[in-house]
Amino acid sequence: MENENLIWIFISALLVNNFTLSYFLGLCPFLGVSARLETAFRLGLANIFVMIITAICSYALNTWVLPYAPYLRLISFIIVIASAVQFVEMAVKKLSPELFRALGIFLPLITTNCAILGLALFATNKGYGFVEGLVYALGAGGGVTLALVLLAGIREETRILNIPKLIEGTALNLIIAGILSMAFMGFAGLFSAG
Amino acid sequence: MNDKPRSTEEFLKGLWNENPVFVAVLGMCPALAVTNSAINALAMGLATTFVLVFSSLLVSLFRNIIPKQVRITAFIIIIATFVTVVDFLLAAITPVIHKELGAFIALIVVNCLILGRQEAFASKNKVGLALADGLGMSLGFTFALLCIGVIREVLGNGSLFNISLFGDNFEPWVIMILPPGGFFALGFLLLFFNWFIQRRKKQNETKTQEI
Repeated sequence: MENENLIWIFISALLVNNFTLSYFLGLCPFLGVSARLETAFRLGLANIFVMIITAICSYALNTWVLPYAPYLRLISFIIVIASAVQFVEMAVKKLSPELFRALGIFLPLITTNCAILGLALFATNKGYGFVEGLVYALGAGGGVTLALVLLAGIREETRILNIPKLIEGTALNLIIAGILSMAFMGFAGLFSAG
Repeated sequence: MNDKPRSTEEFLKGLWNENPVFVAVLGMCPALAVTNSAINALAMGLATTFVLVFSSLLVSLFRNIIPKQVRITAFIIIIATFVTVVDFLLAAITPVIHKELGAFIALIVVNCLILGRQEAFASKNKVGLALADGLGMSLGFTFALLCIGVIREVLGNGSLFNISLFGDNFEPWVIMILPPGGFFALGFLLLFFNWFIQRRKKQNETKTQEI
């Protein structure tokens, strides 16, 4: 029963309530960094990485600090997550330059991304515990990566097409994203069926 | 020393020429997430206005005191404070809307529009100008949200501000109030804006040629 619940949380964050395509979180990098498939994939990995740190931090805050000062929720989330990511970034740089090069420039960029803060807030609202929070972060990060890679793949294909000048750029990307989002809505039935 | 015309100018540019959503494409997340009805869009716009104007005021006041190295952190703390205020305010005034907007009120903190204005404008300009800029930008943002919200509510629900428009015979386009509708509405609005800007450019070109 316990495991089943965790799987649901994972699938829900990954597909049904995809952070990018149905909550509209983290749209700036979604539209900005999805021109090439490889960068998009690396940004996605960095997202998963930061989300896991976020889940750990927000659990710690929720357990030990926020019961005493609920009005500090927002401020403490932002500051603690940002500094934790900085520390981990330094550690990664030292321990595994390989990994650092892959995630590199994206880490500071996405720290104050709304998907990250959104994850912390949603996990708190849903009252997830430690393991549930981690699984939720993994699913959400995977979902963001999936959406990024899909959009980047389609955008790479559109480059060889003959596109009217008027629709080029953000307008086209948004419409592609809309169609992707429609496709993801197909997963909405997963829960009621279960 | 002619401060007045300049502040009007700073105010107006946010409304149209540098509209944060349609031209600069900033603050997309709330622009799409909460615009499934006109009233939600309006509430979100006003909440953002409150936060942006007051943080611009504070940042501009303290612009000479905040050390350069920690300015971003300082901005974020200021913004987060006002967001907390607006969160509690909305919860007290309109609990229904507050519940519908949910976590997205808190997410105003990471709206890149607000931090962007602090970094690009308020931290370098006098209080009056910073206020004008903040007010203009946030009203431009509210206007854009309202555009998206009205389109989505009219098409997706057949109503405007919860007042039914077309009677019973209208079959609502449910897709418009669901997530994909947000992408489509903004995509087509941007398309319209591109067309508008290009047309004006062409007109200007022909004008200069005639002269």
